[in-house]
Amino acid sequence: MDTEILARIQFAFTVSFHYIYPPLSIGLGLLLVVFESLYLKTKNEEYHQLAKFWTKIFALTFGIGVVTGIVMEFEFGTNWAVYSRYVGDVFGSALAAEGIFAFALESGFLGVLLFGWNRVKPWVHLVSTIGVFLGSMFSAIWIVVANSWQQTPAGYHIVGKGMHARAEITDFWAMVFNPSSVDRLLHVWLGAFLAGSFLVLSVHAYYLVKGKHVAISKRAFKIALIVAMVFSLGQLFTGHHSAEGVAKNQPAKLAALEGHFDAKAPADMYLLGWVNKEKQEVTGLKIPGGLSWLLHYDTKAPVVGLNAFPEKDRPSQVNAIFQFYHLMVAIGMTLIGLTVWGSFLLWRGQLYNKKWMLWAFVFAVFLPQVANQVGWFAAEMGRQPWVVYGLLRTSDAFSQAVSDNQILFSLILFLMVYALLFFLFIYLLTKKIKHGP
Amino acid sequence: METFLGIDYPTWWFLVVGGLFSGYAILDGFDFGAGAWHLFFKKEQSRRIALNAIGPVWDGNEVWLVIGGGALFAGFPVLYATLLSAMYTPFMLFLVFIIFRAIAIEFRSKEEGKLWRKTWDICYSVSSIMLAFLLGVVLGNVLQGIAIDEKYQYQGTGFFEFLNPYALMTGCTTLALFMVHGAIYLLLKTEGRLYAKLTLLLKRAIIGFMVIFGITSLYTLLYIPHLSDDFKSSPGLFIVPVLTFLSIANVPRLASKKNYGYAFFFSSLTIGFLLVLVAIELYPTLLISTLNPQYNIDVYKAASSTKSMGIMLIFVAIGAPLVLGYTIFVYKTFKGKVKLDEHSY
Repeated sequence: MDTEILARIQFAFTVSFHYIYPPLSIGLGLLLVVFESLYLKTKNEEYHQLAKFWTKIFALTFGIGVVTGIVMEFEFGTNWAVYSRYVGDVFGSALAAEGIFAFALESGFLGVLLFGWNRVKPWVHLVSTIGVFLGSMFSAIWIVVANSWQQTPAGYHIVGKGMHARAEITDFWAMVFNPSSVDRLLHVWLGAFLAGSFLVLSVHAYYLVKGKHVAISKRAFKIALIVAMVFSLGQLFTGHHSAEGVAKNQPAKLAALEGHFDAKAPADMYLLGWVNKEKQEVTGLKIPGGLSWLLHYDTKAPVVGLNAFPEKDRPSQVNAIFQFYHLMVAIGMTLIGLTVWGSFLLWRGQLYNKKWMLWAFVFAVFLPQVANQVGWFAAEMGRQPWVVYGLLRTSDAFSQAVSDNQILFSLILFLMVYALLFFLFIYLLTKKIKHGP
Repeated sequence: METFLGIDYPTWWFLVVGGLFSGYAILDGFDFGAGAWHLFFKKEQSRRIALNAIGPVWDGNEVWLVIGGGALFAGFPVLYATLLSAMYTPFMLFLVFIIFRAIAIEFRSKEEGKLWRKTWDICYSVSSIMLAFLLGVVLGNVLQGIAIDEKYQYQGTGFFEFLNPYALMTGCTTLALFMVHGAIYLLLKTEGRLYAKLTLLLKRAIIGFMVIFGITSLYTLLYIPHLSDDFKSSPGLFIVPVLTFLSIANVPRLASKKNYGYAFFFSSLTIGFLLVLVAIELYPTLLISTLNPQYNIDVYKAASSTKSMGIMLIFVAIGAPLVLGYTIFVYKTFKGKVKLDEHSY
């Protein structure tokens, strides 16, 4: 295999694995803050127990998130040297800001969060928990800003030519608030809250089904359910806003998301479907003119299709992008259905009697994870063939000095280590859950 | 070129990156060192105490690596790209060991089983040793220079070219230095039999470090003459090696008096001084090309734009006191000898 493909596989694999954990840390962080604040306010020992129990699971996700994150930072230099030279001036500053303003905060206070229960006053402990949570939220800001700049570059100019061409920053705040940053950040934050709250829902639903730790689980379930409902509904808005942004700023990506080829025709919206790239058609269940209506409130309004772009400037994996995007949307809708229905049953006082509903929550833990993953797949594959949209092609960005054997070697190494890591994570998580709060 | 207090931005950033790497070496240095000793402790209780000595801080220490890496990427993207792609294999190994080490620390305490704990103990210690060693190996390659061409591309051949004699020597030096540093840290955090054992281990480590450091220094002077050019041209700089030597000599002196607080200060200072020596030997060059001096990457060729550097210097001005603040808070919270409780590893 050639170096470019291997480098892409390695990056895709390491970043996807990494992305299992930070959303859990952010989401669990939010719930830790809630549990601990409630403990401080009510002095109810059950909240204290919840905070301690979930801190242990938080530590597991946080630790793996950190080490797999360090890998990402270094892979820019090792595998994407041309990219790093090209964007360092802009992208690097966002990454450095993440280290100084976010990562230092979360890791600094982490020690107190994990080991400080008996050493500091309860309110100092809460402040540390909030520090860790805010740090993880800030991390998301800078990482999403850096990635969004790749999607919709702003606040820069290009200097130099050929080998020495590079982007230099001209306006820092324009770079930070590039056209897609805010929409995407909100979408990512909410996705993280859902990942965390659904883990809490899953574990406590399991306890409730089994009739263990019932009182404490009812408390935790209720809080997590409210969080999950609010944010899954919120995701509808951030998702819609993001799609509008993509239509405006990355029309080729939007066309790929919906499998829309005709350059100037109105576009349908598919609930599910299959894209035939050769025939340029989608077969499936659709709302005619749905996409046109969603973007322009007019079913006849034309939407830019893939054929408006030269073959070499548009994403090639249209069907995959379509499927990932539609899976994300479908899961989003499922989460709304599940949380609204669950809340309704809770309000009626019937939830805890309905075992099948609780079982649904036990297994729903995978849904936000899958949605987070495929959402990113759609976002990143939709940006192709560019690594920086419209500026630098992925095929030009990888390290020339590294051989395919070296990448293959490290890829196999990472596959093995991450497989082991994942196995151990699941093993220890299960053990902690069995042990209970 | 834009200056601040008469010093140009790339030089300022060189100082910032140098400061961050020194901070990283001092902080993760002692926990790598502590990890390197781990298998020397035979009793489960001792191993737990040693592990909990670094428990609340090792993750915070690694922040310096992330910030240092980010600062290098942002400030000197050309260097970041060239160095990391040229040193591909050692960096990948570094990443794998850093993962193993973290999960070993995190997972060890989660099971009671003897085999389980033994496996993670070995993982933890071997990773710590390899990480300390690999840092030195990369440093050795940087000092010696690597084969980069006019396009800043590595032209080296072979998977294991990074393992040359000089790099092996600097790798061992770093490991020995961190083991001294780590032993002193553990002495500050332990008591009783473990403390007595560490007193002995520290003595041996200091002797080991002196010998390896002596050999490496001699080799540097004899075979890598370009590294002493700066000192020959401006003799005033000799004050730095003299101070370094005094600082090193102070460590066994204070250790024999069992004044480990100050000894830790001086082992930290030694790491700092050694990196200042490295900085003087290199500056203004960051990466020496063994193919042609014209292809050397210096701070000006490697630097980001003035605008970008200015922004990041503001970041540092705001961020550094914050980072320092929480670091002090954490170390203060956990100061004193290790006491195991239900939240310990």
